[in-house]
This record gives sequence, structure tokens and C-alpha cells, in this order.
Amino acid sequence: MEGNNIKNFLRKYMMLIAMVVVVIVFYFLTGGKSLLPQNINNVISQNAYVFVLGTGMLLCILTGGNIDLSVGSVVCLAGGVGAIIMTKNLPWPVAFIAMLVMGLLVGMWHGFWIAFVKVPPFIATLVGMLAFRGLANVIMQGFAYQVEDKAFLNIFGGGDSCYVPDFLAGIGPESSINKTCMIVAVLVAIGYAIFTFINRSRLIKKGYKVDSLISVIIKTILIVAVVIWLGYKLANYKGIPTVLIWIALVLGIFAYITSKTTLGRNLYAVGGNEKATRLSGINTKLVMFSAYTLMGLLAGFAGVLNIARLMGSQPTYGLGYEMDAIAACFIGGASAYGGTGTIGGVIIGAALCGIINQGMVIANTPPNYQTVVKGLVLLVAVLFDVIMQMRRKGSQKNAEAKTEKGGAKA
Amino acid sequence: MAKVLLEMKSITKTFPGVKALDNVNLQVEEGEIHALVGENGAGKSTLMNVLSGIYPHGTYEGDIVYDGEVCEFHNIKDSEKKGIVIIHQELALIPYMTIGENMFLGNEQGSKWCIDWNKTYAEADKYLAMVGLSDSSKTLIKDIGTGKQQLVEIAKALAKNAKLLILDEPTSSLNETDSRALLDLMKKLQKEEGMTMIIISHKLNEVSYVADKITVVRDGSTIETLDAKTEQISEARIIKGMVGREITDRFPKRHDVKIGETLMEVKNWTVFHPEFAERKVVDDVSINVRSGEVVGIYGLMGAGRTELAMSIFGRSYGIGISGTLKLRGQEVTLKSPKQAIAEGLAYVTEDRKGNGLVLSNSIKTNTTLANLKAISKATFIDKDKEYLVAEEYKQKLRTKTPSVEQLVGNLSGGNQQKVLLAKWMFADPDVLILDEPTRGIDVGAKYEIYCIINDLAKAGKSVVMISSELPEVIGMSDRIYIMNQAKIVGEMPASEATQENIMACIVGVGGESAAADNKGGEA
Repeated sequence: MEGNNIKNFLRKYMMLIAMVVVVIVFYFLTGGKSLLPQNINNVISQNAYVFVLGTGMLLCILTGGNIDLSVGSVVCLAGGVGAIIMTKNLPWPVAFIAMLVMGLLVGMWHGFWIAFVKVPPFIATLVGMLAFRGLANVIMQGFAYQVEDKAFLNIFGGGDSCYVPDFLAGIGPESSINKTCMIVAVLVAIGYAIFTFINRSRLIKKGYKVDSLISVIIKTILIVAVVIWLGYKLANYKGIPTVLIWIALVLGIFAYITSKTTLGRNLYAVGGNEKATRLSGINTKLVMFSAYTLMGLLAGFAGVLNIARLMGSQPTYGLGYEMDAIAACFIGGASAYGGTGTIGGVIIGAALCGIINQGMVIANTPPNYQTVVKGLVLLVAVLFDVIMQMRRKGSQKNAEAKTEKGGAKA
Repeated sequence: MAKVLLEMKSITKTFPGVKALDNVNLQVEEGEIHALVGENGAGKSTLMNVLSGIYPHGTYEGDIVYDGEVCEFHNIKDSEKKGIVIIHQELALIPYMTIGENMFLGNEQGSKWCIDWNKTYAEADKYLAMVGLSDSSKTLIKDIGTGKQQLVEIAKALAKNAKLLILDEPTSSLNETDSRALLDLMKKLQKEEGMTMIIISHKLNEVSYVADKITVVRDGSTIETLDAKTEQISEARIIKGMVGREITDRFPKRHDVKIGETLMEVKNWTVFHPEFAERKVVDDVSINVRSGEVVGIYGLMGAGRTELAMSIFGRSYGIGISGTLKLRGQEVTLKSPKQAIAEGLAYVTEDRKGNGLVLSNSIKTNTTLANLKAISKATFIDKDKEYLVAEEYKQKLRTKTPSVEQLVGNLSGGNQQKVLLAKWMFADPDVLILDEPTRGIDVGAKYEIYCIINDLAKAGKSVVMISSELPEVIGMSDRIYIMNQAKIVGEMPASEATQENIMACIVGVGGESAAADNKGGEA
């Protein structure tokens, strides 16, 4: 039993452990540079789009391993629309809404063909990848557009002051640390700890099975430590990057949708067994349509973050983004056949990609080798999943024999 | 006394934490058909996996003595070299390859670098003749029925020079005619080729038809070996060995059930095949069911029973559906399963893995899938309520599982069926259509399912039970419809039903409906 526990633990947290190992390896390879506050800050802001697109991609993958190849083009198209609107001196909220609507429409377009006309997702979104890239070129006529709206840039994480201002700078002792950031980190950590234990005691009161106290305490301490450490690092640079708030918001909303709502439940069910789901009275076409529509909406939002960070739009933006998003999902443990995968996994997958990318840059790895490494990391992650699946099947048989034997005796 | 071909001596196989086989002994004489029976999970398949080398030597204790020598098989190839060939329950044929290609897959004829196709097909035809299959060996597997595919599997085994053939539930997906043909083939191989065979089966009538010896396995141990040559073995005798007690009443009685007004009435229901649009799969069928009543629909596979049920259930099958459907006296048009559920209809599928359950999800989420509304507010799921619901049904139906968080894919067939029933009971329908509710589950679990059906009737629900097991239909129903070739060919109260007069309905109308088909063709 003891051995089993360790195996389960490894299975559950393998990617997390891998991430820690990768962080440590790069720490030494770069002579400590990779954990400088500025670099940590950059990992977050450079990879914001991976988190957002990975979230949407997860929804599609959940419905049965379907991917959306068009997101890079959609990011470019939505960004282009927004940038053009802003160069026409219209207020930024108009551009912001236009970009989201653009993404939403594209998503609905894909959803329509995939869900109602039954065009295979791979083909439907390949069409989108080509067509929307072309359309982006058409509306931008091949030119680059500058975004100069300061408010827009600051809010969505571009420009010089895309950080949450330090409201508390004047209070307390003089120091170079961003106090707002530090305090927010501490509050989040405390909030998480309190929530965990309140929730646990609530479950105990209702007589549910819960994890052992020690494992919960260790887990909580680790998470609290990481949050405070991250806060401390960011506080030593310029504070909370605004884009981090957007990432957290998107991840939070979709973590909630996938785990606590009927739509989320339906996504998993469709991916697990579409026929059974349809015969359970669920409109599976609508579920499929929703997945791609939300993907589109998120691609539009990634477009917003993209033009803010790059302070403008060009017809080549967003190239290859779809692959980063897909990789993040699979590295994070989503099944290529659908039905399993979590937002938590996407967070780990996206972060792992980002850390490896940046580590290699700082360690002066030749660019050509960087993509090779990226590819191999994906292979290793998926390989790990496949091996675990095989093991699980083996142990499933045992479990089956166990329950049935127990049953026969009863 | 004939020579003992195979002896398995005190085989013990342990998985971490559980003994799947405990000191099992099995003796098979040359040239006999030996049946292995037992409830699901009793250890029959594990034993055969040990024999065929799927669990390699060293992972179990005990000895396999085959043809006079102790064998140590490390994989299937080892055991096949010795002539031990296993045919698994799920057919291992590739649909888009020819019969010949399939038969010699991994055993290709000709040299290593060049497959001799002429030899392949000539050899294939030889073995096909042996199993009495007249199709050309160049036919694609997908173009022949499951009955013939099963024969191809046997021919494939023969082509491997099998001396000991193991058949794991060979008839589970065959209809009665094909099953009988297969069993007769087994007898023929025994007589003409002197083949030794081990058959694993749940169908006790088949076992007593074909077997010379019957070994009963229970809880990972061999209980007894019955010799069918020296004495007549009744099915009740075998069941007693399997469950360890005598089941005196295989079908529990319903007491004090009030049969009320008609809840569902189907009239002149006609459905066409979704791909062959001129083919009628349900032809002018009228049935009704009242509250508290259990109505059986008996028919052979392919009679159109499932098609009828699914077309009623929100048109989830077929095209060109016509006819009227009345629920609680009101005529309704149901266009989707969603609507059907809302109107109080439930269809519990015969294909629980394919159409019924999401195997990668937990018992809990499967239980609530058809009625998420009841546990959520404005699309937000109340997880506490969901857990309680799942627990409630787990206890009510006595589902054997450590927790409702268990993945459904990990459960045994009987327990999966219970989860499926729980799901539809939670949807709170007035009319339940149960399609083969006890297929592929063991005797004990069957009894429990029957009790659940009785409880549903007691609660005033209408139950339509589709089944191809005659004793079950007669034992459980209040009234029986008999369906054959897309039509209802008979209706009788269960009190008047016997196996003979039900079969008479089917046979009697066979010619008539064939004539009707011809007429349809001309028109």
C-alpha cells in the first residue's frame, strides 16, 4: 500500500516535480540569472498568450481530442482589427470590444461548421488558419500599425508602466520593495490557506472522505510558500504585472466553468462518450459549438494582450501560437482522445514551456536547438502520459479482480 | 481412460493485494470439450491468460503440464508453438482486410521477404472449408456477419496448428442460429479432427449442450468438475456450483402491484433504416404499457426491437418515422432525447459501454448526467447534492464500489449496469425502456436487477423490457409482445406464455412477412 501511495503521488504531481527540476537545472546553467526578478516577470508577460489560448484549447481538446489550428491567425486578425480602430483615434474600449467580438464571431464560425455540419475540426480550423491569416493581411494591407493609447497599453500589459501602481509606497518603512505586490501575495496566500481548511472541515462535517491532514498541510505550505516567493520576486522588480491579473482572471473563470458548471460537465462527457451523452438528453452539438465559440473569444482576448505587449500589430503576429497552446495542454496532462485534462494542467504546461524557453535564451542555447528541445519536451510529456495509461490499465485489472472478488463473496 | 492433454496444478496467481487464483487445478483430457463456468470475476479468464502465456511464467505459482511436459510460457507465441490457441471474446479481426489476410496475420505464408499470396489464399480456403464457411477467402471481413467472423477466428486458430483451442465466450455476440452453428462446429471438430477444446461461457444451455466436462470456478478456486458424459447435469445444478447456493427462484415475484392506466401508447409506428432508406426496420408496430406493468418485448437480434425503442426515444434512431405516440393519454412529438426525457421517458441502452456510460468519468457524474438540472442552479452544479444523490443510488441498488468517485470503466459489467440504471432512475421517468438489461452479467447480479425492475413497477412506473432470453421474458413480464422481422407478431399475457408458443409466433409468421417484403419490393 505504501508503494502504491508513492506511485499515486508521482502520477499526480509528476509534471510539477518536472517543473521544479527544470527550474533548478536552469538556475545552475544560467548561474542564477534565470531566477532574477526581472526574468520571472518576463516569463509571465511573454507567455500570457499561452495561458489564455491554452485554456481555450483545453475546451476543444476535452470534447474529444479536437484541436483548433486557427488560433494564431485569429490572434493576428483580432489584433489587427483593434490596432486599426485605435489608430483611427476611437476610444480603446471600442477596440477592445471589437476584438472580443471578432474572436467570438470566428469561434462561432468554426463551431457552426464543426458542430452542425460535421466538418472534421482539424480541417475546419485549418481552413480558418489560412483564411483568417489572409483576412488579417487584407485588412492591414500588409502594413504594421502602432498602438499608442497609453491607457490601453497599461491596462493590458504593454508599455513602460504596465504594472499595478504601488498604492502603499508611502506607508511604512522606506524600502525599494513594491509593498502592494508583497501584501497582495501575502493576502492571497493566507486566503488560500484559510479557504483550504474551512473547506476541509466543511467536508469532514458532512462525512466525506478527505485527504489526510498531513498531506493537506504540506500541500498548503508549499503553495503558500510559492505564492509568497513569487510575490517577493515580483515586488523586487516593478510589482504585479497587469497581465498577471488578466491571466488569473481567465484561468479562474474557466477553472470554475470546467469543474463546477453543467457546461463543463458536458464538455468532459462529450469527450468521454459522445453517443451516451447525446442519449442522456444533452445537446452535444451545442456543447461542441460552445467549446469552439469560447476558444474564439479567448483567441480574441489573446489578440488584445498580444497587441498591448508588442505595442502594435503586424500581419505576421501570432504565427505558431496554436502549437504553443496545444503543447501546453498536452504537457499539462490533457488526453489526446478527450475527456480528461484540467485548467491546472494547462497552467503547469504553459509555465513549463515558458520556463524552458526563457532558460534556454538566458543560457545562450543556439536558437535552432531551442525548437528541438521544445519538441522533445512535448514528446517526453506525452510519453509519460502513455506509460502511465498502460500502468493504470494493469492496475485497473487488479482493482477489478479485487472488487469483483469482494462482491462475489458478499 | 483417455490421455490427459493438459494439467494445471495448484495454480495461484496474486495481484498486489488480491489472490485472483487460489490453488486452481484443471485437468483436460485429449479430445474432450471442457467447459469453464463461473460468475464474472471468478477467475476463468485469468486462468486462461495464465495458460496462454499472457501472464508469463514466474508471475504465478504452480505448474502447467501439457502433453506430458512441464511448460514455461513467456508469451503467447510460446504457447501457440505448442498448439494452444486462445480465441478472445472480442474478435481480433481487421475489418478492411480479407479473410485470408486476417487468417495469416503474423503467420504469413511464403518467405520472410515475399508473401506468397497464392499459397495464403489456397491455405485459407482449405481451413474455411474445414469450418464450413463457403465465402471466398478474398472477402473483406467487414462484409461478413459476426457469426461468420467467429468462424473465421476458429479457422485462423486451426491455421496455427492448434491442438488445444480455448474459446472465451464465443457466442456472446451471436444470435441463436449462429450460436447453434458454432456449437455444432465445435462438436464436428472434436469428432473429425480430435480437437481438444476449452469453452468459457455464461450461457448454461450451451454449456450443457456441448460440454463433456464442466469445471466450476468460484472466487478464484475450482469448486468441482462435473462429468456430463456419465450423468445428466441440469442447469440448476451448475448454478448451484457457481453461486454456492441454490437459487430456487431465478425471477423474484411481484406482490401487490396495482396496474393502473395506460402511460405510453405507440400506434402504427414505422421506421426506416438510416442508410438503406427503403428498408423498414420497424413496420406498423403498435404497443402500449400501463403504470405498474412490466411489458416484455421478445425477439431475436435484428428483429427491430432496439430500433423501435430508440426511435420512440426522441427519434435517436432511423429516418422517415411515422406513427403516433401518446404519453399519459396526450399525443406528443419527441424530436430529441432531451425532449423525451423531459416528457418522462427513459431508454436504458443494451450497449452500456458504447451508448450508455462515460467510462472515463466517475460513478457520480454518470449518475447525474441525464438530469443535471436537478442538482444545479442556473448551470452551477451543487457538488454536495450530487455526491449525496450518487451515494443514495449506490446504496439503493447495492452497487459494489469503494466510492462513488470510482471511474465507471473500472467496474464489472453488473455494477456498470447498476450505474446505468441509477442514471435513468434519477432522471425520474414514468416509462422506462430497458434494452437487454441483464446482458453479459452474472446470475447473482441478474437477480438484483430483476428486484430493481420489480421495485420500479411497484412505484407505479411502466417498464418495457426488451430481451432475447426467453426464460427472462416469461419470468419477469406481465404481458409479452413478440417481435420478428420488424413487426409485432404476437401478444400474450405472461400467464399463457411458454417457450413453445412464443417460438411458434416467430416461426409461424416467417413466411408471411417474407411475402409482405416481396410485395413491398414490387410496389
